[in-house]
Amino acid sequence: MSWFEKLMPSRIRTEGGSKRQVPEGLWSKCPSCSAVLYRVELDRNLNVCPKCDHHLRIGARTRLDSFLDPEPRIEIGADIEPVDFLKFRDQKKYRDRIAAAQKTTNEKDALVVMQGKVKGLDVVVAAFEFKYMGGSMGSVVGERFVRAVNAAIEHNIPMICFSASGGARMQEALTSLMQMSKTSAALARMARRGVPFVSVVTDPTMGGVSASFAMLGDVIVGEPNALVGFAGPRVIEQTVRETLPEGFQRSEFLLEKGAIDMIVDRREMRDRLSSLMAILAHKPSPA
Amino acid sequence: MDMNFLEFEQPIADLQAKIRELRYVGDDNELNISEEIAKLEAKSQSLTESIFAKLDSWQISQIARHPMRPYALDYFERVFTDFDELHGDRAYADDASIVGGVARIDGRPVIVIGQQKGRDTKEKIKRNFGMPRPEGYRKAKRLMEMAERFKLPVLTFIDTPGAYPGVGAEERGQSEAIARNLFVMSALKTPIICTVIGEGGSGGALAIGVGDRVNMLQYSTYSVISPEGCASILWKSADKAQEAAEAMGITAGRLKELGLIDHIIDEPLGGAHRNYEIMARNVKHALLDSLERLDGQTTDKLLDARYARLMGFGVFKE
Repeated sequence: MSWFEKLMPSRIRTEGGSKRQVPEGLWSKCPSCSAVLYRVELDRNLNVCPKCDHHLRIGARTRLDSFLDPEPRIEIGADIEPVDFLKFRDQKKYRDRIAAAQKTTNEKDALVVMQGKVKGLDVVVAAFEFKYMGGSMGSVVGERFVRAVNAAIEHNIPMICFSASGGARMQEALTSLMQMSKTSAALARMARRGVPFVSVVTDPTMGGVSASFAMLGDVIVGEPNALVGFAGPRVIEQTVRETLPEGFQRSEFLLEKGAIDMIVDRREMRDRLSSLMAILAHKPSPA
Repeated sequence: MDMNFLEFEQPIADLQAKIRELRYVGDDNELNISEEIAKLEAKSQSLTESIFAKLDSWQISQIARHPMRPYALDYFERVFTDFDELHGDRAYADDASIVGGVARIDGRPVIVIGQQKGRDTKEKIKRNFGMPRPEGYRKAKRLMEMAERFKLPVLTFIDTPGAYPGVGAEERGQSEAIARNLFVMSALKTPIICTVIGEGGSGGALAIGVGDRVNMLQYSTYSVISPEGCASILWKSADKAQEAAEAMGITAGRLKELGLIDHIIDEPLGGAHRNYEIMARNVKHALLDSLERLDGQTTDKLLDARYARLMGFGVFKE
């Protein structure tokens, strides 16, 4: 280091300095086939790998954007925010986890709900943000889900939920568990009113979310190769002490076992679901 | 170490051992030591009282899982008459980790359903340690629907570490079985009274836990995940179970404060396993009280109140 560099305040000093920067996020690697993919092309393909058809995980807004018509869109329950009512603290405080999750995802909580149209058909759509604390279900997720159901009942239009969640949120303890009964009760009411509910299970849908509304769809649709189940594969492996069969708890496995109705490619989701819901809702076939 | 006592009860166990010894000596020597024994008994009593007056969450979860703790069938035998067990889900199997049937409480006909752990090794295996598979939940659902048909109140007894995490359970739709029960129970047209008698382990417990009144025994627990499970995920070490238990608030007192349960049923000193008869009497009293509170309500009013209760769960700001 020269005398001049030593004098320089540290914040202007640069190390190395000659490294060429490649712009972030221009290229992605498919987690399944490892193909290097051009980001723009991947986005255009709804985050499905053009080489191997692997469905990459996507965020709530991206999902809603790709599924709904551009207009109109009304967000439901956006003002509902989480509260650390137990003053829960593990290695981190829940308060700090909330703050960090809100910062990385730009969402207040792990479920986003919108009323809008799919190919002209009125619907209410809920989508999980998995990057927000593993899409875990606490009070806000439960409440927003119920508001979505209520909006669907009020307007007599179908509801769809795209699930991606590790299950109940431990930091809200038993109150999170109660969101399972809360959301299921709302769906029971919706069923009595004859309003259709389509559940789309995406990678991954586990625990308390799987064991409540995600498995209560009038129609349950899986994305290809999504991991869906009650107990996580590692927990099962530790319990039964044997390796799990290939494809265990994947959509294709669930279809074979009779747990879901169909597997739909993300790129066909709009067409397939709008047609299906139009039938259930006695509406003309969407254009 | 006396296996009848938990680790934190060892001072009581030591005293009890001393009392037994004195009795033995007394029988032998015709010495009058009854005064001494009475003194020690009183000391043991007050020691027990002081230990049980300040149990932490982890200690309570140890009592909730005590191997001598009364299980569902122990209550069926003592609280009810005319119990007839009904078996099977009509589709696949009879899951012995959930028991249920018809019974009478004070002459009044009801349907009872409970999770059942085993007492000895053979029975533990038969009962799968109280961890139900989908067919167990589907049997419970069938009995509930029958209760609705014949206008019988449903009384459930919750005591499970959780729904069984196994390959077969997943293949047969564990998630759907639990979800379907939540769906059905939320609108079942007959009173449902749920009582946590031991471990209320997560979704596996909730699957027979949606009702109009939820009671918990004084030293039972109810939680979203076991303290060990929570610790191994959030603290990356199952050894932190004690901290996790405290953080989650899994005890009857805490959950009543949070408005998640309605009523706490007192246990005899030292826990339910110290006196089955007193415990059964307290449970019977609480169940009759719960039934009375729901009597005379129209079905619509009952279901509206149940729905409002479920919708009220959750803390958030807006």
